[in-house]
Amino acid sequence: MLVSTEWLKDYVNIDGIPAPELAESITRSGIEVDAIINRSQGMTNVVVGHVLECVQHPDADKLNVCQVDIGAETSQIVCGAPNVSKGQKVIVAKSGAVLPGGFEIKQAKLRGVESNGMICSLQELGIEGRLVPKEYAEGIYVLPEDAVVGSNALKILELDDTVLEFDLTPNRSDALSMLGVAYEVGAILSQEVKLPEIAYEESAEKAEDVLKLRIDAKDENPMYVAKVVKNVKIAESPLWLQNRLMASGIRPHNNVVDITNFILLEYGQPLHAFDYDRLVTGEIVVRLAEEGEKITTLDEAERTLKSHQLVITNGAEPVAIAGVMGGANSEVHDGTTTVVIESAYFTPATVRRTSKEHGLHSDASTRFEKGVDPERVVAAAERAAQLIAELADGEVLAGSVMIDELDKTPVQITISPDYINSRLGMKISLEDMLSILERLKFPTEAINGQLVIDAPTRRQDIRIKEDIIEEIARMYGYDNIPMTLPITESNPGGLTPYQKKRRTVKAFLEGAGLYETLTYSLTSAKEAQTYALETAPVTNLLMPISEERSTLRQSIIPHLLEVATYNVARRNESVGFYEISSVFLDEEEDGLPKETAHVASVITGNWVDHAWQADTKKVDFFVLKGIVEGLMDSLGLVDELTFEQAVLEGMHPGRTANIYHGNKRIGFIGQIHPTEQNKRDLKETYVMEMNLDKILSIETEELLYVPVPRHPSISRDIALVVSSDTSAGALEDVIRRAGGELLTGVKLFDLYEGDNVESGKKSVAFSLKYQDPERTLTDEEVVKAHEKVLAALTSEAGAQLRG
Amino acid sequence: MEQQLNELKEQALAKIQEATNVKELNEVRVAYLGRKGPITDALKGMGKLPAEERPKMGALVNVIRATVTEVLEERMAKLEEDAINEQLEKESIDVTLPGRPARTGNHHPLTRVVEEIEDFFISMGYEVAEGPEVEKDYYNFEALNLPKGHPARDMQDSFYISEDILLRTHTSPVQARTMEAKGGAPIKIICPGKVYRRDSDDATHSHQFTQIEGLVIGDDIRMSDLKGTLSLFAKKMFGDDREIRLRPSFFPFTEPSVEMDISCFKCGGDGCNVCKKTGWIEILGAGMVHPNVLEMAGYDPSVVTGFAFGMGPERIAMLKYGVEDIRHFYTNDVRFVSQFHRTEA
Ligand SMILES: [Zn+2]
Repeated sequence: MLVSTEWLKDYVNIDGIPAPELAESITRSGIEVDAIINRSQGMTNVVVGHVLECVQHPDADKLNVCQVDIGAETSQIVCGAPNVSKGQKVIVAKSGAVLPGGFEIKQAKLRGVESNGMICSLQELGIEGRLVPKEYAEGIYVLPEDAVVGSNALKILELDDTVLEFDLTPNRSDALSMLGVAYEVGAILSQEVKLPEIAYEESAEKAEDVLKLRIDAKDENPMYVAKVVKNVKIAESPLWLQNRLMASGIRPHNNVVDITNFILLEYGQPLHAFDYDRLVTGEIVVRLAEEGEKITTLDEAERTLKSHQLVITNGAEPVAIAGVMGGANSEVHDGTTTVVIESAYFTPATVRRTSKEHGLHSDASTRFEKGVDPERVVAAAERAAQLIAELADGEVLAGSVMIDELDKTPVQITISPDYINSRLGMKISLEDMLSILERLKFPTEAINGQLVIDAPTRRQDIRIKEDIIEEIARMYGYDNIPMTLPITESNPGGLTPYQKKRRTVKAFLEGAGLYETLTYSLTSAKEAQTYALETAPVTNLLMPISEERSTLRQSIIPHLLEVATYNVARRNESVGFYEISSVFLDEEEDGLPKETAHVASVITGNWVDHAWQADTKKVDFFVLKGIVEGLMDSLGLVDELTFEQAVLEGMHPGRTANIYHGNKRIGFIGQIHPTEQNKRDLKETYVMEMNLDKILSIETEELLYVPVPRHPSISRDIALVVSSDTSAGALEDVIRRAGGELLTGVKLFDLYEGDNVESGKKSVAFSLKYQDPERTLTDEEVVKAHEKVLAALTSEAGAQLRG
Repeated sequence: MEQQLNELKEQALAKIQEATNVKELNEVRVAYLGRKGPITDALKGMGKLPAEERPKMGALVNVIRATVTEVLEERMAKLEEDAINEQLEKESIDVTLPGRPARTGNHHPLTRVVEEIEDFFISMGYEVAEGPEVEKDYYNFEALNLPKGHPARDMQDSFYISEDILLRTHTSPVQARTMEAKGGAPIKIICPGKVYRRDSDDATHSHQFTQIEGLVIGDDIRMSDLKGTLSLFAKKMFGDDREIRLRPSFFPFTEPSVEMDISCFKCGGDGCNVCKKTGWIEILGAGMVHPNVLEMAGYDPSVVTGFAFGMGPERIAMLKYGVEDIRHFYTNDVRFVSQFHRTEA
């Protein structure tokens, strides 16, 4: 909503208050003023001129040389506008004038002819082209004949005005009218509101004698008023009216249309003007459309109607879509002489649905959608009759044609001052409350210590006690609310065990060298299940914005790979990331897809990069595996953690493993398949993804201290040659089982395949640690245990012992 | 004999000086002071001397041995020191060479902001509540006083999965679920999480973003409690000298509703480009829980009241760290994410 402060002065006294100050007060008490628009935009030296002479430029077809009286002198001005002509009153930017954007007018020669100043279009004065009346859109603006030569043109165009742009919250539709704004400003400034005085002469002929009205859909249209005005002269509106419309963002058309728009802005009540003669039947019937019925609207579009859409008809065919847009067949035009003014209450839901279905959002529909003030329906019609009589020489027929079954009873709210204070935590006196309600013009009675308030119909947002509390508080000033803290049972607050453990996971992974990412949950249908740990039916959006973001993901890895590719392409070749996010499996849990938190990671490039010390190391499987092991250790879950070689789609078949805790598969880890790496412009890249919810739900034993051994341990190394396909894990299993209780540590310390080892074999070396917490072991004991290990390795794993 | 001994002494002292390192000097020690050395020999030969000469010569030998030992020890100390100095010289490094960076990562900036907010409210006795990102229309809208047909719930603005299921558009459904689950008991929670709106991504819009909301429900919770809580929060998050102001606003689930501004942390209120010359920065929306919302969750609004507030970690991070484009948070350029590693305490 654009609020001209010049116009606002017609209804409320704001004299002496600078616009920024006014804007601040309005913002602080409830309606955000988004911008303060100075319409003069720094313009100077723009005056009214009179074109005394206008002849074609000797050397340019499209230019005219004009002699323009600008008051004290006559200036020669070369003008390129096609519509300039002798005798016009025009806007002249004198030599030395400044126009919007700091554009300065200088004396100049145009094709050899001297030019002193410029004859201006409205666009050159900073008015948006879409607001300039059509007849002046391609040329200069022509002022009324009575404009005083030499006087300040900005003044008569009201460009010395300041406009406040309101950012209205949906509840404050009352401020979609100048009167509504006046009530708000009046309440803030403790000023009275001056309503327009409506008086005009009626002709003897009665409206009801020429126009019949019937409503067949009173649920959608409980109130309809029509006035009839005869002998109307359609013409350009007076300048003041055009000025106000342009200041408010509406383009002037002709006097009748401009008057309806003016009243829409003044009262917030949309009006529609029909050409009486083009209605043909002398009848208005409001009804629901027939399914498939057609109407051509003012914008020349043919629209097909649905049976729940409300239309105004002439008894035979639709002449308007109610509250949304008029029909072209009944539009007021230059030759119109008799006008029917419609002022009505169409229910918000009807208009909202219809305007949405036709994609037509107009100043009128916006207001009907929010609910217009029932008390202004008649007043707006009367105001229109008055202005058409005044500005278009019309004769207003006596009375109106009206059907009114609209309930206008105000909402009554009873509330005690104590209740208000207890909700606010304040001590506002009854007098102060009454004075605020008086400023707001809320009719109030204090009965038995209770405030009984009739919410004005213009304030459709005032419905319940809390609304009154808000009104009192905002007018009293939110700055005056004290600061306290809630008095409640004091609970310790805190994180749940799950949330705590999730923070541990993040801290561990970051400590291990990974940066956290956040990527989108939505992905393409194609990628939704790529690298998914588990798959289930996918969850698709009904109306995605793009195919890229149409489906909820079942794996985080594809987006992490995208992040890796993005970084590598920007020469961040060595990166490691992790993310904890939900994946979505449509398994119908209480009607919703199952959301499970996963943790995933990607690493690529160098893991260690100390270049000047010639110490760089590429990422490999074991870097990421070490992180997984460390993570599980930090959660107390490493003991039952195992990795099992796996072949998974899109993964390197020789470098991928499923991750198990006990016998539960909790995730997988491995290298991206080289062909996939190539597709994604990545070098060797490793990923893992695990079901975090599953991991964090595993119960762990309490953390208890194990005594630090006081007796020394004894180490024994074993070197073995085994078949290449014997896994280290299998050997370790054999060693542990055979080693018995005394064996407290097994560590692989060497692995070799190649020269000096028979082909198909590899050499492996383990370091074993024997220890008894209670005593120092004897050599014999260790030898005995170790022999068992060696025997088991030979018999169970077919190992040959070396050296 | 005496002369012989003195020559021996001179000889030993000369050898001591000639020794250039600890090893050579130890050889000298063995040669002269060792069990098979001349001084020991001299002492052993004492028996052959006449009895009257023995004390005098014995004393002389002892003096010589003491002198040689002393000089040798001195020389030894010197040579050891030289050796250490030489080692230090050899071991010296260019301390301006770069260190081996400890490989680390850090929180995503939004996690950082969310955890900071969580920790403040946890210290005030709040719990952290979470809920599903795919939500029922009922919890996302209806239970929050946004009945079907309400203008604020346009299909165009939300990602619907079916007529009754959508990607949550705010974290408020977690509040609705918590209220329903608590069955009338007091509540003090904050709800962080991902939310979704049907927006095209640009510098200021993201179809996915994060939110953190708070809810306090109890007997006679007042609007002043909301103001006091938010003021403490603003000081904790943006600096002790931050002031707050509340402006009336509108949300369907609160009444009264407010928007909270904080005094600009960059210019202190004088006006700058961060606060668009106003001295104030809009940080969050809040209000007293609408009686319809309380009622729907089974609370009696004539006895129980509450407040709620909500904010966008993206906006806070953008303001706090001067980030100009919301897409940075979801692109995850390591040069962006890695900037948020250091402490600010
Ligand atoms: Zn500032």
